[in-house]
Amino acid sequence: MKFIESTKADSTLDLVCRMCPLHLLEPGEKLACMERGQVLEVLTDYDGALEDIPSWCEKCSQEFLGMEECDDCYKLYIKKTH
Amino acid sequence: MKRVYMDHASATPVKKAVIETMLPYFDRHFGNPSTVYDMGHEIKKVIEEQREKVARLIGAKPGQIIFTSSGAEANNLAIKGTVFARQKKGNHIIISAIEHHSVLNSARFFERMDYEVTFLPVNKYGLVDPERLRDAIRPETVLVSIMHANNEIGTIEPITELSAICREKGVVFHTDAVATVGNIPVDVNELGVDLLTLSGVSLGAPKGVGALYFKERLRLMPLIHGGIQENGRRGGTENVPAIVGLGKAAEIATEELEGNETRMRELKGRLVAGIHERIEQVKYTGHPENRLPGHASFCIGSIEGEALIYMLNQHGIYANTGSACASKALKTSPVLVAIGVPPELAQGSIVFTMNSENTMDDVEHVLDKLPLVAARLRELSPVWNQH
Repeated sequence: MKFIESTKADSTLDLVCRMCPLHLLEPGEKLACMERGQVLEVLTDYDGALEDIPSWCEKCSQEFLGMEECDDCYKLYIKKTH
Repeated sequence: MKRVYMDHASATPVKKAVIETMLPYFDRHFGNPSTVYDMGHEIKKVIEEQREKVARLIGAKPGQIIFTSSGAEANNLAIKGTVFARQKKGNHIIISAIEHHSVLNSARFFERMDYEVTFLPVNKYGLVDPERLRDAIRPETVLVSIMHANNEIGTIEPITELSAICREKGVVFHTDAVATVGNIPVDVNELGVDLLTLSGVSLGAPKGVGALYFKERLRLMPLIHGGIQENGRRGGTENVPAIVGLGKAAEIATEELEGNETRMRELKGRLVAGIHERIEQVKYTGHPENRLPGHASFCIGSIEGEALIYMLNQHGIYANTGSACASKALKTSPVLVAIGVPPELAQGSIVFTMNSENTMDDVEHVLDKLPLVAARLRELSPVWNQH
């Protein structure tokens, strides 16, 4: 897992308290409304997302930038590539 | 025998138009909304249309509505969902002393988990004092829940003022609006609430369906974990016919609300005046003006409310003592205790809740029969005879 700090995001998707498979459904919907090159920040407290989101990005050809750990959740960053 | 139903706070008849709209969703359109074939897509689209209708009724956006199985579930989700989601932020909850059991017992559930709960007192009309709320909020307060209107005494709380205090202090504010949505105009933006509960029972929709409004960005821990239904906030295959019923009832309420409200106030005015003219030692409970339009509640001295209800039933009149739970448990209503009604007078509680189907004839029928029933019960009452 790649750890990054202070990444500037263009949009945030808060999935804290929500479970699988929402973390694999909502990023796609959110990215669809964003511009190419913009960064989506996904907040989640679901451990499974740490593995699922990078692999989802690979399957969907989106760029996974990395993650940051906070007090109450993880922040995962996805750059829209297409 | 003429039948007069004046217990709409307990249940409303499902409107014919609502039933007709629901019927195709039991057989023709029976599919599961989560399926990927066209049948599923079509039903999912229908659910989203109902979400729009319910949202419109309360001035919300469709994405802010979560369908539930009842108002009680929506209240549980609001309270438990918020408190669990904010457990790192604090361990203090504030509710009023006159909340419905689904709010009261959800808060008490957290008392068992070492949370602290403040029960805000109310004045003689059942109103929460905003300054007392301000004083009760602490840095560790995570949620305040105060009902929009009380079903037992009809009083409407100053929600806009109360929610503003919570916003200022950064505390989530929930209101149980089961008694108001469909009876008076309710706009979540005007009220300034973060969460609001509504139910099909008081809207002319079927039982077994309710909804929770939540403000965007508010975290809610689901109570029912499951799949992707309600965007992961409430698992379980959707009760499609009931949701369709709620949507239709919300649509009707949006169109008819204003005219009904004026009529209800006329009927209530006549009922209240008539009862005071014909029966002595009657206390009109709740706020005299700031109350639900079709709601009239009284405590009649030296009478048992349950006996009154049974005898009115024999005359085809259906009313309520106000608190079914308290009544069945042979307890004095906590709401009447909270507004300072003496326990002996609180025994004679009777609540009439009218809706658009009630007429002035219904009111006159109650005014003919209630004094006779009250007089008969007082003849049998040792307390009255001592008096």
